[in-house]
Amino acid sequence: MSERKRVGLFVTCLVDLYRPTVGFAAIALIERSGPYTVDVPEAQTCCGQPGYNSGDKESALAIARQVVTAFEGFDYVVAPSGSCGGMIKTHYPELLAGDPAFAARARTLAGKTYELTQFLRDVARWDGVTAAFAKSVTYHDSCSSLRELQVKRQPRELLAKVGGLSFKELPNGEPCCGFGGTFCVKFPDISNRMVEDKVANIAATGADVVLAADMGCLLNIAGKLKRAGSKVEARHVAEVLAGMADDAAIGEGQ
Amino acid sequence: MQSTAHLFKDNVTRALNDQHLQQALGHVRTKFIDKRQQAMAALPEFEALRDAGRDLKNHVLSRLDEYLVEFEGNVKKNGGHVHWAATPAEARRIILDICRSAGARTVTKGKTMVGEEIGINDHLAANGIEPIETDLGEYIIQLRGEPPSHIIAPSVHVTKDQVEETFRKVHSDLDPNRNLSEPSSLLHEARVKLRGRFIAADVGITGANFLIADSGTTTIVTNEGNGDLTQTLPRIHIVLAGIEKIVPSIEDAGLLLRLLARSATGQEMSAYTTFSTGPRRPEDVDGPDAFHVVLVDNGRSKLLGTEFEEMLRCIRCGACLNHCPIYQNVGGHAYGWVYAGPIGAITTPALIGIEHAAPLPEASSLCGRCESVCPVRIPIPKMLRAWREEAFERRLHGTRARWALKLWAALATRPVLYRLATRIGAGVLGAFGGKRGRFTKLPFTEAWTEHRDLPAPQGRTFMAMYRGKR
Repeated sequence: MSERKRVGLFVTCLVDLYRPTVGFAAIALIERSGPYTVDVPEAQTCCGQPGYNSGDKESALAIARQVVTAFEGFDYVVAPSGSCGGMIKTHYPELLAGDPAFAARARTLAGKTYELTQFLRDVARWDGVTAAFAKSVTYHDSCSSLRELQVKRQPRELLAKVGGLSFKELPNGEPCCGFGGTFCVKFPDISNRMVEDKVANIAATGADVVLAADMGCLLNIAGKLKRAGSKVEARHVAEVLAGMADDAAIGEGQ
Repeated sequence: MQSTAHLFKDNVTRALNDQHLQQALGHVRTKFIDKRQQAMAALPEFEALRDAGRDLKNHVLSRLDEYLVEFEGNVKKNGGHVHWAATPAEARRIILDICRSAGARTVTKGKTMVGEEIGINDHLAANGIEPIETDLGEYIIQLRGEPPSHIIAPSVHVTKDQVEETFRKVHSDLDPNRNLSEPSSLLHEARVKLRGRFIAADVGITGANFLIADSGTTTIVTNEGNGDLTQTLPRIHIVLAGIEKIVPSIEDAGLLLRLLARSATGQEMSAYTTFSTGPRRPEDVDGPDAFHVVLVDNGRSKLLGTEFEEMLRCIRCGACLNHCPIYQNVGGHAYGWVYAGPIGAITTPALIGIEHAAPLPEASSLCGRCESVCPVRIPIPKMLRAWREEAFERRLHGTRARWALKLWAALATRPVLYRLATRIGAGVLGAFGGKRGRFTKLPFTEAWTEHRDLPAPQGRTFMAMYRGKR
């Protein structure tokens, strides 16, 4: 009898649309980290945050129910995003609390859902990173990873094992990068000041590459770096950990 | 105070282009945050204290009526008076009546945010009674004709040079050639100007950080001692406080005091913590002849038992403002009413109506830093979302955003259609942007591309590639 646990990958809409490499890197990492088989349910689309964060509860509920149904059969659910992971883990139980058919199921799902680096370190207790990446790297913690999921140590522990990588801590790393989902287009001028600060702090590290575990932050940061003419590359941390950082960096031409 | 919260976007544009303001806000971004961090590091039980603070305030809110009545009884026992004001108008009338019956001509004031809420200064002035702010920051902005821009640092938006300019203009009786280049010289000048005012005032009005139920005591904290002079020198002391300021005992006030200054300024304690229990007794060397407490509701009791009740835990430390990237960039006035920053974004809709303040809860990236520093753990992001929900239900925002959300949801709940749409979208964007890797301009994305490039997708969706590989 197989001891393998089934892991459902919640790809996230941005990885699906923007950067498939991250999804494949996540699968590779999870399967290397222990006796896990990864599957990607077809019925997934979005986690429901656009509606949830904009007051459209009805839409958020419809999407959340779909996600619960698609993923509740797995032993674990993993998302290469603190934002979407946090949505399922911390917000679904509250969002669905008033729905008798889904409240308990949402709580159960939340209990087995993890952000990718959190899963690799805290569930799989994986120590076997074999990738090499001979560059100096800084790391942006997304707000949701840092404050909703208390994930900070995990990506650093994993990156410490990457061959040739030199890690430079980002100064004043706690503030938001200014993405915030629809916030960045509702209040573009404030968002711009925030990402200006973030990019200045990234530049101050002298790192070649900025990594993060959330595509939203990465699109924002990469977009600002490129607009400012910076040579700093932006990548999802999974690409580096899985040794799949050969594609052009985010916002770079092929 | 006339609200401009509904004009938040215009206020933001003005604030971001105000060089003086941007220079002044530099202090918020670093000083407050570093000092709080140091204070926390020096107190290992700080996180446990936050839990205790939250639990205490929750307990008080669950029995608010009982504690308020107990407080009223004890104030009376001490020889003081308690007045209940359901609305700002009632509070203004009560205070004006007290001032008039004392024949007051000037009133000194300690810092009070509830005073801003009820617009007491304008009301007194309109009725021939001169209010004089005695907190240095409040004094500065009173001279400038501005409202406070921060709960504990009311003039944080003003640079030192602007203060000098204001003092030279208003203190026109002083030597125009005097040296005001040092902050200490400005402080000295304000002190000299205020000293006579303290002595001449007929009535002193202060706020209250805490109202202690079992002794009928009110508490204020200041760093300048101005509150003490305001409440002990005039014949009459009026305490103006929101009903949520009540705590059962002095031990409970002690718990919240340990949280307050550390969260606010990083001090262990404010320089002055003053307890007032009734008017002067025969054996006292000083103190007012009469002691009045005006308890203001102004919409607070309506929040009890609702999803917004937890905001009444607020002890007005300002930590959420200091740590908020929105506040740090636009300052307090942009929020358009009395309370700024994250706590303002949830309080203003509660007190003046979401229909008058709908942009405020929108103006957040929901980064959660406010909640992570709140000494009484108010779940501010959750409440921002709750206000957004109410605004959405009441259709307070444009129809375009509404339709976009509905369209997204319609697509997201139809995976097959969604796959098709995203495959086309990623393909088209990838084909046009792939070579350069990004767009500097693209139809319908101006809000993004005005300030940053839009990275191009890799070209195929993950789901399409995954299916292909399997």
